[in-house]
Amino acid sequence: MADLNWLSIQEAHAQLTSRQISSVELTQACLDRIDAVEDRVQSFLTLTPETALSQAAVADRMLGAGEGGPLTGVPVQIKDVICTEGVPTTCASRMLENFVPVYNATAVERLMGQGAVMLGKGNMDEFAMGSSCENSAFHLTRNPWDLDRVPGGSSGGAAASVAAGEAIYALGSDTGGSVRQPAALCGVVGLKPTYGLVSRYGLIAFASSLDQIGPVGRSVMDCALALNAIAGHDPRDATSVRREPTDYTATLGQDIKGMRLGVPEEYFVDGMDSGARKAVEEAVSTLEGLGASVRPVSLPTTRYALACYYIIAPSECSANLARYDGVKYGYSYQDTNDMWEAMEKTREYGFGPEVTRRVMLGTYALSSGYYDAYYLKAQRARTLIRQDFDRVFQDVDALVTPTSPVTAFKIGEKTGDPVQMYLIDVCTLPVNIAGLPGLSVPCGFSDGLPVGMQFIGPHFSEETLLRTARAYEAATEWSSARPEI
Amino acid sequence: MPLERSQVEHIASLARIGLTEEEIEMFGEQLSQILEQFEVLNELDTSGVTPTGHAGGLQTVMRDDLAEDSLDSEDVLKNAPRREGEFFRVNAVLEE
Repeated sequence: MADLNWLSIQEAHAQLTSRQISSVELTQACLDRIDAVEDRVQSFLTLTPETALSQAAVADRMLGAGEGGPLTGVPVQIKDVICTEGVPTTCASRMLENFVPVYNATAVERLMGQGAVMLGKGNMDEFAMGSSCENSAFHLTRNPWDLDRVPGGSSGGAAASVAAGEAIYALGSDTGGSVRQPAALCGVVGLKPTYGLVSRYGLIAFASSLDQIGPVGRSVMDCALALNAIAGHDPRDATSVRREPTDYTATLGQDIKGMRLGVPEEYFVDGMDSGARKAVEEAVSTLEGLGASVRPVSLPTTRYALACYYIIAPSECSANLARYDGVKYGYSYQDTNDMWEAMEKTREYGFGPEVTRRVMLGTYALSSGYYDAYYLKAQRARTLIRQDFDRVFQDVDALVTPTSPVTAFKIGEKTGDPVQMYLIDVCTLPVNIAGLPGLSVPCGFSDGLPVGMQFIGPHFSEETLLRTARAYEAATEWSSARPEI
Repeated sequence: MPLERSQVEHIASLARIGLTEEEIEMFGEQLSQILEQFEVLNELDTSGVTPTGHAGGLQTVMRDDLAEDSLDSEDVLKNAPRREGEFFRVNAVLEE
C-alpha cells in the first residue's frame, strides 16, 4: 500500500469504491506521511488523527453500502480560518488561540455530509493577512520544494500540505490571492471561485466583499471535484448566489481549439523573476499549440489595483475585526476594571503586527476627513477595474497571466517591508476586486522552484478555466512533479 | 506626507488598539510608506463613476420572516472569557 497519500481524489475514489483500499488505509497513509515530514513542513496548526480515523471508518461503512460521493473517505486539510465544530479554529492568531466553534462552516458541512475525512487545520497568515505564512502567530510553514523558503500565503498550510503529500486536497480562502499564490509557489493547483459561488458562512471574515473559499489540489480534476461539493446557494450567506448546480468536471477533457485567450501585458511586471516569465511564456505557446487563439490584451487599470485593494481590504478588515473586544469570545485582557483599557489591551496583545497594521490602515481610510479621499476613491477605482475586465471579456474567453511575479522567496526575506510583501499579490488581487474566478496551475520551474500560471475568466466561468487548465495540464508533466523531502 | 505621531495615536484610539512607543514609531513610518503607494489613485479620473461596494452585483436579499431555532445559549456562552449565569460578564460600562 505504498504511496496512497499521493493519490488524486479521482484515483482514491476509484480504489475506494472498488474496495481495493479502505478509507482507513488511505487516511493512515496520510497520517504516516504527516508523521514523516510534518516536523519539517509544519503545514498544520491542529492535527485531528483520531477524528480522522473514526471519520474514515464511517466513510468505509458508507462506501460499503454503496453510498457517498467522490470525496467520501478522502482526507482533507481545512484552513484554520474556516470554522470546524468542536475543533479549534484560531485564524493563526493569539486572539482566537482557544476558540472552539460550535458549528461548522457551510463548506465544511457539505464535505462532511459526503463523508470527508478531516486531517486537521491548516496554517496561514494571521486572519489571512499575508503572502508567506510568516504572519502566523504560532509557527512558520516551509515550502516542500525548499525548506528555507516560504510556501506563500495566506493559505500556505493548504498548499504545502497538498504539495508534500500530507493531504489529498485542502480548502483555503482567497481574499487577494491567498489560494492561488501559495498554490503557485508550492507547485499545486488552486482555485478562487467567483464571488458568491461558495458560501462564506463560517468563514471567519477578513474582507467580506473579497473573501471566498477555494480548493487546493494536485490536479485540476481534484479542484473541480472539491468545487462540486462546496459550491451552491446557502440561505445563511446573503451574498451567496442562486444558480443551477453545475458539474464542474463535465467539460474536463474537452479540447480548447478556438478558445480565445488574452495575455495582458500589464501582468508581466517590471522586476518579475525571469525564469517565471519564461515558464509562463512557454506555457502560453503550449496553449496556442493546443489550438487556443492567443492575443495580447491591455488592462490599463491594473496599475491601480494594488492601491485600490489595500484601501478596500483593510477598511473592511478594520470593521470586521472590531468584534474582537474580549467580551464574547477570544483572548480577553482581564487585569483591569476599565472597559476601554481592557479592550485596548485585548487588541494590543491579541493581534500580531500585520493585523494591527491593516486595522490601523483601514481605520484611517474610513475616518472622518479621509473617507472620500481613500475609501470612496478606491470604490470608484474598483468600478473602473471591473469595467476594464468586462471590456476585454467581450473579446476573449479567459485571460492567461503569471500567478505571482516571484517564485518562493527565502524565509525572512520580505518581512521587514510591508510594501514589498504587498506587491507580490499584484497579479491576483485584481481578480478579487472584480469578484472573478481565478485558477493557478503549475507551468514549470525557475531555479528548481515551481511557477504558476493563472487563468482569469468572467463571473461564473469556472468551467472554462478548469477545462483550459486541464487541457494544459494533460499536455505537460508539471503537475506530476513531487518535491524531495 | 508622513503621518504625524499624533495622527498615529488618534488612529490607534479610534481602532481601540494599545501601542507601545516603538510601535507608534514603526507604524507611523510604515503607514506613511503605504499611504504613499495610494497616491497613484490620484491619476485616475473617477468623477461621475459609481462606487462599487460589492462585485457580485446582488441586490438586497430578503427572506421570509420565519422563526427558526438559533444557537443554544450554552453554546453561545461556551467561548465566553467571563460569564455569570446566562450572561457575558463585562466591566462596568456606565460611569458613576
